Amino acid sequence: MELIIDGIKKAILLLVTFDREVLGITWLSLKVSGLATFISLFIGISLGTGVALTRFPGRRLVVSIINTGMGVPPVVVGLLVTIFLWRNGPFGMLELLYTPTAIVIAQAVIATPIVAGFSLASIQKLPEALRLQILALGATRLQMIWMLIKEAKLPLLAAAMAGFGGVISEVGASIMVGGNIMGYTRVLTTATVMETGRGNFDVAIALGVILLMVTFCINAVLTWIQQRERPR
Amino acid sequence: MKMRNVSSVWILALCVAALFMSSPADAAEQKNLILATTTSTQDSGLLDMLVPLFEKKTGYFVKTIAVGSGQAMAMGSKGEADVLLVHSPAAEKKFMAEGNGVNRKLVMHNDFIIVGPSADPAGIKGMKSAAEAFQKIAAKGAVFMSRGDNSGTHAKEKDIWKAAGINPEGQKYYQQTGLGMGQTLNVASEKRTYTLTDRGTYLSLKKNLGLNILVEGDKVLLNIYHVIDVNPAKFPKVNAPAAKAFADFMVSREVQGIIAKFGVDKYGSPLFFPDAGKPEFD
Amino acid sequence: MSSDIILQVSGLKVSRGGTPVLDIPELSIRNGEFLSIIGPNGTGKSTLLLSLAGLMKRQGGTIIFHGKTVDNGAELLAFRRRLAMVFQEPLLFDSTVYDNVAAGLKIRRIKRTGIRSVIEENLALFGISHLSSRSARKISGGEAQRASLARAFATDPELIFLDEPFASLDPPTKESIIEDLGRAMHARHTTAVMATHDRMDALRLSRRIAVMGGGRIVQIGTPSEVMHQPVDETVAVFVGIETLLAGEVRGSSGGVLEVGVNHQSIYATGDFSPGERVTCFIRPESVMVFPPGHAADSSARNVFPGVVTKIQPIGLLFRVQIDCGFPITAHVTQMAMDDLHIEAGIRIIAVFKATAVHVIRAPNR
Repeated sequence: MELIIDGIKKAILLLVTFDREVLGITWLSLKVSGLATFISLFIGISLGTGVALTRFPGRRLVVSIINTGMGVPPVVVGLLVTIFLWRNGPFGMLELLYTPTAIVIAQAVIATPIVAGFSLASIQKLPEALRLQILALGATRLQMIWMLIKEAKLPLLAAAMAGFGGVISEVGASIMVGGNIMGYTRVLTTATVMETGRGNFDVAIALGVILLMVTFCINAVLTWIQQRERPR
Repeated sequence: MKMRNVSSVWILALCVAALFMSSPADAAEQKNLILATTTSTQDSGLLDMLVPLFEKKTGYFVKTIAVGSGQAMAMGSKGEADVLLVHSPAAEKKFMAEGNGVNRKLVMHNDFIIVGPSADPAGIKGMKSAAEAFQKIAAKGAVFMSRGDNSGTHAKEKDIWKAAGINPEGQKYYQQTGLGMGQTLNVASEKRTYTLTDRGTYLSLKKNLGLNILVEGDKVLLNIYHVIDVNPAKFPKVNAPAAKAFADFMVSREVQGIIAKFGVDKYGSPLFFPDAGKPEFD
Repeated sequence: MSSDIILQVSGLKVSRGGTPVLDIPELSIRNGEFLSIIGPNGTGKSTLLLSLAGLMKRQGGTIIFHGKTVDNGAELLAFRRRLAMVFQEPLLFDSTVYDNVAAGLKIRRIKRTGIRSVIEENLALFGISHLSSRSARKISGGEAQRASLARAFATDPELIFLDEPFASLDPPTKESIIEDLGRAMHARHTTAVMATHDRMDALRLSRRIAVMGGGRIVQIGTPSEVMHQPVDETVAVFVGIETLLAGEVRGSSGGVLEVGVNHQSIYATGDFSPGERVTCFIRPESVMVFPPGHAADSSARNVFPGVVTKIQPIGLLFRVQIDCGFPITAHVTQMAMDDLHIEAGIRIIAVFKATAVHVIRAPNR
């Protein structure tokens, strides 16, 4: 218990003294996970909406794959991305392994099925006739899709929150593809694991507390947007 | 139109994103050095001190991947690392024999110790032979916590079991964590079991552990670190100049001096003993 | 005549899962008319509407709008931008009423500044100006349907499709919305096609009515034709004819037929030869009832004494079934019920004109 209080004290200390390393790690976490979420929103919403709006053979299989993808362990993704990015792997020439970009890729792969699953469900929940109504208003197919996405914006914000929450708190893939390199690919979660390994429990707890605060703030902002968007 | 605005925001954001992430990757072209090493060198904090110094001196960017010695050599044998800093001599020799590495150099040593709870249920405290201590632990059925991760420490531990003439695999007293040294020490402390550790990691974690040094000083317990360049002839993608620069750096007089003093201020005794240029231990 | 036709489809075929659900060899919508498509649920009314609007994948058929075939994507989009559609559910977007009414204009990328007066005019047309800034999620069902109609009219469509637009509304709301819709149609000279299962709604607004059954148009004509001269028993039942009598033509003179039904003779109008097997349709509203001995002064040709067999209240009227040697049904007001002391078992006289009897050739067995 004393350890946790010490950790919280340490967290506050690290934050108020603008500890450069901790700020760097926090900023990298935000940047990497924010970007990964962003990419996953782009791909996931497109994919989820596409699957929700089209009928094709094998659609059930695709839906099952998306739903399974929502629960794939990050370390599995990490392993696959590592293998793909190895120097001697298929994308070795990009020299991406052990870079922040690699973490972004892995996290985007983790978050995309989550966002796609949420999008699929929320678009499917809209009334069937709404698509016809929008087309009858003179919309092109793209306009229709965009308007449907706008109609589903509240659940889609939830998708963004779920995706971001999933990746910023993820450690397995980040450590595998990023390598926890100081000042380069060390993010809050991998730093927490490392400090725990080093026995610096106070620092580990401090990093954990910072991670919690960051996720809380992001979700608070998104929730505020979501609730504000709800018309009076 | 609102619709147009939003789609342009998407595109803009993606462009910004691309810019954001591409800069470090571009700048790092051919400047990257992947150092695969053991958790003990990272967890002790030694690399945090040496790597920035190396980067400043040479302009290379070091990607330190801290894994077990076994995994580090596995990376090397795939050409996925440029230089190794490892402590598993038997495996290293095999690695060299297979032509995966060149220029294996002795860097430093510290030693392994057998630690355990102060109650010492197997009564091994003060024993001079590690193998005999292991025999006693096995005979008493006192629990021994193994890394079980093919690290250098794990390899050393297996050597000692072999010398003791015991195969502990599958025995009730033999448990494996599959974790790094620091975490394995934590587990051993919590569960009040014996374990084998390098002195450096033990010293750096000592304040949080309920474990005491019970056996030390046996010659077999020496923990020897070598630096190995991954063979560029076999793996053309390896950054050979950077690897050589790092190996030279590690055995340089300046770094050897730093190693000799590292940890003295914090733990009262050094964590590692520089050995560059000395004859091999065996 | 062809310049009068705004929309024409031919050879229209739609099937779902291999089963044909719509088969329309030919249908023309006239400029400015109000065409209602009626029929029981599941007969393809909505499918026809969506097909006419180019919103349904079809297996065959051409759509001709203003004499030009609507074919590829661009033509289809241009066509869809000349029409509007209102469904049973208001299907409003999650924004204000104003933004909803503006939706069609925004889709057409019409400048924001130019649309304000158009939107206000259409809000006023359906009496919802005061709801302009309210959330579309927080208004009543009737208000929402008004907003949906205003949204449809805001783009000034030539052609509007209404799919059961009143089915979810309570009767007073429905009445007032029908009134506003009629006024809007008139003011804008809009052509409309409405699908409804309620023949009374169709009668309120339509210039023509099409009756559907099994994916086909069984009959199309003026409201009077469809109501009084159904082409077959299915249509007859759907348009509310309650007396269907099988008989045989006994004689014909000067356009008046004598049809034998159960040893009685019913007088009707029509062009049939003696000996032909026919079916007679009589609307319940066309049958008058009198107490015994009081029907002598009626000019009607058909006067049948009978016995009341069954009475059922239907809204404000009563359905009275009378056995006159053949069964016949009349709709009787509460006042008449009281005046005549009508109850099951009493004797009564059923009276109806020869012109009230519609005769069709009996279907071949």
